[in-house]
Amino acid sequence: MGRISLAWRVLTSGDFAARVTNLLEAPPALAAPVSPAARPKPAAPPKTVAMSKPLRSDAVTLLAALQREGRLIDFFKESIEAYSDAQVGAAVRDIHRDCGGMLERQFAIRPVLDQAEGSNVTIGANAKSGRIKLTGKVGDTTQSSGTLVHHGWLVTRSDVPVWTGDAEAASIVTPAEVEVR
Amino acid sequence: MPAQFVIGIDLGTTNSVLAYSAFDEAQSQVLLLPIPQLVAANTLESRSMLPSFLYQCTHDESAARSFALPWNEDATFMVGHGARSLSAEFPEHTVGAAKSWLGHSRIDRHKPILPWHAPDDVRKISPVTASQRYLEHLVAAWHQAFPDAPFAEQNVVLTVPASFDASARELTREAALAAGLPDTFVLLEEPQAATYAWLNAVGDRWRKLFKVGDRMLVCDIGGGTTDLTLVEVAEETGELTLQRVAVGNHLLVGGDNMDLALAHYVAQLFESHGLTLDPWQSVSLWHSCRNAKETLLSESGPESHTISVPGRSSRLIGGLVSVHVERAQATDLLLNGFFPVAQLTDRPARARASGFREIGLPYESDTGITRHLAAFLNQSLAGNNLTHVLFNGGVFKASALRSRLLNQLQSWFPDAPPKVVDGSDDLDFAVARGACFYGWTKLRGGVRIRGGTARSYYVGIETAGLAIPGAGRPLKALCVVPNGMEEGTEVDVPSDPIGLIVGESARFRFFSSANRRTDLPGDLLPRWSPEELNETDSLEATLPASADAEGIAVTEDDYVPVTFRSRITELGVLELWCVHESEGERWKLEFSVRDDAESAPR
Repeated sequence: MGRISLAWRVLTSGDFAARVTNLLEAPPALAAPVSPAARPKPAAPPKTVAMSKPLRSDAVTLLAALQREGRLIDFFKESIEAYSDAQVGAAVRDIHRDCGGMLERQFAIRPVLDQAEGSNVTIGANAKSGRIKLTGKVGDTTQSSGTLVHHGWLVTRSDVPVWTGDAEAASIVTPAEVEVR
Repeated sequence: MPAQFVIGIDLGTTNSVLAYSAFDEAQSQVLLLPIPQLVAANTLESRSMLPSFLYQCTHDESAARSFALPWNEDATFMVGHGARSLSAEFPEHTVGAAKSWLGHSRIDRHKPILPWHAPDDVRKISPVTASQRYLEHLVAAWHQAFPDAPFAEQNVVLTVPASFDASARELTREAALAAGLPDTFVLLEEPQAATYAWLNAVGDRWRKLFKVGDRMLVCDIGGGTTDLTLVEVAEETGELTLQRVAVGNHLLVGGDNMDLALAHYVAQLFESHGLTLDPWQSVSLWHSCRNAKETLLSESGPESHTISVPGRSSRLIGGLVSVHVERAQATDLLLNGFFPVAQLTDRPARARASGFREIGLPYESDTGITRHLAAFLNQSLAGNNLTHVLFNGGVFKASALRSRLLNQLQSWFPDAPPKVVDGSDDLDFAVARGACFYGWTKLRGGVRIRGGTARSYYVGIETAGLAIPGAGRPLKALCVVPNGMEEGTEVDVPSDPIGLIVGESARFRFFSSANRRTDLPGDLLPRWSPEELNETDSLEATLPASADAEGIAVTEDDYVPVTFRSRITELGVLELWCVHESEGERWKLEFSVRDDAESAPR
């Protein structure tokens, strides 16, 4: 009891609220790169609140979401040797739909460069910003353009859920289920 | 502080949405509020929709405090996505479709009856309280995002089905005020809100698309309800105006019914392969069927679609069962089940299998939306042509349903087939956005849809006559509010004086009609068909015990002679008053709880 209630007190009050407020206000800032013109300006200046350290890493919370919505951990933990391609395929369709939907909602992943793969693109300042990776004759700095091999991916928001549980349950990706008869 | 925002709320049967716009912008910029909600225990995520479900925690869950919210650390219930995912698995702990119960006048909507059919040890709440909880959640989410703009000081528009009668509107109002909405908030009919969303999208171009005399059907099919409205284009001082001329009856059939019908069919397919699904798998199946409906019923959909249901154990592939669903079968099931080809003269079947009917939600006995549509258009168009149609609701993401309905409408008006007006593609959010835009135009100017009350209202008057043992006195219906009575107007109802007894509460049976459009205040209907008048909550007024002492003239046998006066406030609230004939005293009639409701005849 002692540990749970202590953990709870750590969570409650301003700390808890601060993390949630952060969750609410983080997305718009990240979304800007996609189409700055299309984005309406925020209706009110966002409140800035210092981010406190969560009791569980966002990575675990993301794993939990992938499992909850798309059974992804079950899929990776299962040995697929014994199954036919058709059986694996049937499972993958649902995982693709559900995990894909979740990733779209939480990260809205978009190409870094909008041009079609195979087309000629200008390198410019992109190389320094980390937006592109040069391959081929890399040493030749006089080249100002190249062929787009992979358009890259970037997240336009980062909306990982906020986990509000205590330290004890922080490592649980999905709880064991016991049916009471 | 003056209002900084205008807020539109779509309090839906299955999903609720909040849209807002700041006042200090030159153009209305309608945005959706991300709503933090529990998607599972201890997991808070912001989403733009709040599913209108409420899960009552068990004792253990409350003790573990896994349903804490930033604004309610001791929450003993969960609202939103998390509640919806638990709804099918724990139906006896989950409240759903509270809004449909609000519109159901044969039960007391203040009584804790939900979750319906739940065992005694589950905490229950009333449909009004459930609606209040959803709105409270939205208000709290607002305060998280805008702590410096108190909700109660903003301009708020809340949508209700056009088919809601005065008592369902009043109950919605009560829930909204209890949840912290400002008492100046306005109720707007959902199909009108969808129309405003479209007007916002097209801007002033609508004047070029329409001409005087055009008639547009707004067909709004939500998760649990179908709402029909007819809008007519008129002219006033050289300007085109929009007038809402008719609304349909309250139809309890919607997209969820279609998903369930498909799920039921697929479950049978599984059974024919010797597989019986457990309740948990049925939930998963329902979810898959919603997606399958959109895939199979899209214009270029595949001929067959595999629906898989995973097992519950950690063995995902090993536990997976699949069936192929043919497009032809799914299309046949959904199109012929919900959109059967009908004639404009067809009427919904009113078959009731037996005299016994469980008191629960009065779901439509005829799920053929096209037949309900035929009845509505036949009645409301009165021989005129339909020129346009606006589709709204998530159901129309399945494009085959949209085409089917459009073909049906065009077949009814072959000489000049009605055209689809392309609204926003935002079928799930249009109502909230439109409500927000309406609030904006109300203050900043812009096109308005006029219409007044969607229904006419009647007070039941027992007429004097020879008493027949065992039979009540004959009942007549006195029209007190005509169809289309405008906001901010009052009317005296001409009638013979009605005697009320001093010191006692006077009760009146109360009726409404969506299709008697020509009755005037004072008209006395000697009889009516069940399709014409729907009985709703009765009305009540209590007269002071010592009327005499207060100088009120009383007849010899302690009766106070009164007539009625009705008023529609600027906010669209219906008020009825009993007015003393000569003295000018008046008493407001309030909706009363019908304790006899459960046994009242239909």
